[in-house]
Amino acid sequence: MLKKSNIIVVTLGIALFIFLPNCKKGAATATLASDAASRVYVAPGEKDEVYAFLSGGFSGQMSVYGIPSARLFKIIPVFSVFPENGYGFDEETKDMLKTTHGYVPWDDSHHVEASMTDGKQDGRWMFLNANNTPRLARIDLKSFETKEILEIPNTAGNHASPFATENTEYLMAATRFSVPVPQSNVSIDSFSKGGFKGTVTMVKVDKNSGRLSIELQVLVPGFNYDLSHCGKKKSHDWCFFSSYNSEQAHKMLEVGASKKDKDFILAFNWVRAKECKDQGKAYNFGGEYVNNFKDENKPAVSTKLSGVKMLNPKDCPGMMYYMPTPKSPHGTDVDSTGEYIVGGGKLASVIPVHSFSKMMEVKDKKEHHSTEIEGIPVLKYESTLAGEVQKPCLGPLHTEFDGQGYAYTSCFVSSEVVKWKLGTWEVVQHLPAYYSVGHLSIVGGSSTEPYGKYLIAMNKITKDRYLPVGMELPQSAQLYDISSGKAELLSDFPTVGEPHYSQMIPAKLIMDKTAKLFPLEENKHPYATKSENDAKIVKLGNTTHIYMTAIRSHFKPDIIEARTGETLYFHVTNLEQDYDIPHGFAIGGAPNMTNLLIMPGETRTFKWVAPKPGIYPFYCTDFCSALHQEMQQYIRVSP
Amino acid sequence: MKALLFQTLSKKNRLLILGVGLFLVLVYFIPIWAISISAPQYPEGLGMQIWINQITGATPYDLKNINLLNHYIGMKEIISESIPELLFMPYVLAYLIIGAFITELIPKVGMAILGIINLIIVGLVGLFDFWRWEYNYGHNLNPDAPIIIEGMAYQPPLLGCKVMLNITACSYPSYGGMILALSLVLLVYIVWDEKRRKKSNVV
Repeated sequence: MLKKSNIIVVTLGIALFIFLPNCKKGAATATLASDAASRVYVAPGEKDEVYAFLSGGFSGQMSVYGIPSARLFKIIPVFSVFPENGYGFDEETKDMLKTTHGYVPWDDSHHVEASMTDGKQDGRWMFLNANNTPRLARIDLKSFETKEILEIPNTAGNHASPFATENTEYLMAATRFSVPVPQSNVSIDSFSKGGFKGTVTMVKVDKNSGRLSIELQVLVPGFNYDLSHCGKKKSHDWCFFSSYNSEQAHKMLEVGASKKDKDFILAFNWVRAKECKDQGKAYNFGGEYVNNFKDENKPAVSTKLSGVKMLNPKDCPGMMYYMPTPKSPHGTDVDSTGEYIVGGGKLASVIPVHSFSKMMEVKDKKEHHSTEIEGIPVLKYESTLAGEVQKPCLGPLHTEFDGQGYAYTSCFVSSEVVKWKLGTWEVVQHLPAYYSVGHLSIVGGSSTEPYGKYLIAMNKITKDRYLPVGMELPQSAQLYDISSGKAELLSDFPTVGEPHYSQMIPAKLIMDKTAKLFPLEENKHPYATKSENDAKIVKLGNTTHIYMTAIRSHFKPDIIEARTGETLYFHVTNLEQDYDIPHGFAIGGAPNMTNLLIMPGETRTFKWVAPKPGIYPFYCTDFCSALHQEMQQYIRVSP
Repeated sequence: MKALLFQTLSKKNRLLILGVGLFLVLVYFIPIWAISISAPQYPEGLGMQIWINQITGATPYDLKNINLLNHYIGMKEIISESIPELLFMPYVLAYLIIGAFITELIPKVGMAILGIINLIIVGLVGLFDFWRWEYNYGHNLNPDAPIIIEGMAYQPPLLGCKVMLNITACSYPSYGGMILALSLVLLVYIVWDEKRRKKSNVV
C-alpha cells in the first residue's frame, strides 16, 4: 500500500490543482445520517450484526470488531509476537514464527481473505498475508487462533496475497518486489535489463483440513505485482493481478515507475496452469521454505521444505494475458457477477473496467494483441474495455460491490469513496473519508452474494479527528450505511495498527460455531496433566519438567525447588471446563518469556532457566476468581 | 372393603397398570430431579440432574463447575460415588415395575392399593433422604473454607427456589419424578374407578 508520507505531498500538489473543481461537488453530497448514533448503538447485552476482521498493517496482527458498534473484541496474533498471551514466546507457538530467515517475530500484514464455498463466505477460515517475510497464514474461526503459516519461497514482498479462488481451491500470492529468482548477488541495475523476476504462487488449501501447500509457481516478468482478486462464476478459472513499474525502473521509482501511461492487469488462468503442471510442463525449481502448523492444543510443528514446481508462461499458452490498465494500477477487483474487472489506477483520472467476456473473445486473436512480454500476450486496451468511469476522483484504489449493481471505489488522494453504477459508469455519490482512504470493505463485498448494508473505509490519517495523542495519531476506519439509495456516514473509530483491509461477515455465520473450551479428555498435548493427582515434577539431568495444573484458585505443584542454571519447563494445564475461565502463568523477572494465557483444557509451556539463587514468585495473571490474588506460589533457586 | 381388595381389575384398568409398569421403565433413562443454579457470572446457568443411579451436570461440564463454585464455601464435592442411595435406587424402581407386572398376573384392586402404598413410601423416603442429603451438604462445611459467613448454611431447597449469597438455586422434579407422580395418580384413579364400578354393580 501507499505510505502516508511523500506520495501525498507530491501527487496531491499536482493533482488537486487539476481536478479540484470535480471534487468540490463530491464533498457537498456527503451526508451524515441524522440518527447515526442510534444506528450504531448496540445496547448492553445485545450483539452486533457483523464481524469485521481487520488486518493490522504494520502490527502484523488481525483485529476483530463488531459492526455497527465498532467495538474491538479481540486482537488475534498472527505474524507478531503477543506478550499478552505468550504467542510467539511459549514452547507451543514460538515455532509458528520460524522462517528460513530464522525467527521473525513481526510482519507487515495487509490483506485479509475469507474462505468461500461457491463464491460465498463460509465462516471457516480467514487468511492473512505477511508482506515483509513472504508468508501466508490461516486463522481458524472456531477458535479465532492462527493455525498455520506457510512461507512462500522465490518471492520478495508477498503483497498480492492471499486472494482466494471461488471455492478456496487456491490462494494466490504474487511478488511485490521483483528480485533475482533464484536469489543471487547481481548489480541492482540488472533489474532494468530483465535480471529480476516475479513469481505467482498457487497455494493449495485442503478443502477439509484447510492445510496449506504450494502447488505451483509461475515465473513472471520482473514487475511489481500489487494486488489480486480471483474470478467468480463465469470467470471462476481466472485470477487478476495488478502490476506497476512495468518500466522496470530501479531507482527513484516515484518518477521512474510512473512514466508509462499504462501498466498491466495480469489475467491468470489457474485451471490452465494446473493443467500444464499435470502435463509435465513445469520443472523442478529450488526454494527453501517452512510450513508451521499448530494443531488444536498441541505444540506447533515447523517443517522445512524445499523445492517447488515452476512454470514459464511461454510453456503454457493460454495461461496468462496482460491487459493494459492506466496508470500504475493498484486495486483489481472482480464484481459479484464475475464479468467486470475494475482497475484502480492510483495515478489515473479514470476508473477502467475490463469485461471478462470481451477478454475471452479477443484473447487469442492476434489482431487484438499489441505485443508479447516474455511469452505473455499483451491485449489491446480497447479490446477488453467495458467502460471507464470518467473523472471519478483522485487516486482511485480499491473497489467493492454491493450486489445491487453499484460499485464503491476508494480514492486515496481526494480522501473519498465514490459510488458508481456498473454498466452506465456514472458516479452517483461522493462520500468524504477522513482521511486518505486505502482499502474499503463491504460485508461480503468480494463474494458472489454480498450481504451489503455496511461499508467501512480504512483511513491512514486522522489529523483533527480525535484527541491528539502525541505524534503518532491513531489510524481509523469509517462506517457507512449503504442499505438505502444514498450511503450515509454512521461513525468513525480508531483501529489497532493500520486498518489495511478487512473482511466483514454476517455474525450468524460464525457466532454459533465458536469453540468455548478444549475438552480435557481430548487434550492430546504430550505434556498434558489431566488431573491434580497426576501433577508431578520430573528431573532429567539439568532439565526439569513440571507437569502443573491450574484451577480456581491454585497451581499444583505449588512449591518448586531448582538450582541455578537448571532449565525448567512449566507445562501448565488449565483444568477448568468452564467457558471463559482462562488462567495465566508468569514468573517474576523471567527473561525471554512473557505471560501465558491458558484456555480451559489447554496445555502450554513456559520455559525458564533458573537464574541466580533466590526466591521467585509465580502467579496467575488472568483474574480468574475471588481468590485470584491468592493463586501464587514460589520457586526456590539454590546455588 | 375386603370385597373391594379382592375385586378383579377391569380389563381397562389392567391395561392401565401395565401402562404404569412400562411407564416406570422410562425412569431408568431420564433424570428424576433437577437443581438449577443461576448467578451473575453464570448467565447461561448451571444445572445438576439426579437420575435413578447417578448425578450429572446439565452439560458435560456443569457438575465440575458446581463443585468448583462450592469449594469456596467448603462444601464437599458432589460425585455419584459418594451417594450410596444411588446404588440401590435402581432396585427399588425394579421392585415397583415388577409389582406392576405381578398385578397383571394377580389383577386385584388390593395389588393396586399396595402399589399406591409402595409409591408413597418410596416417595416420602426418597424426599426425606434427598432433604437429608441436601442438609448434610449444606451444613457440613469445611472449617478451613476460604469463604465462611457466620450463620450461613447452603442447603438447597427441597422444592422451589432459594437465594444463597449471589446464587439462586431452584429444585424441581424432572421428567422421571413427574412419571413417578403420574404413576401414583394413575393408580389412585384405578382404585377410585374400581370402587365406583363396585358401587354400580351393587346397585
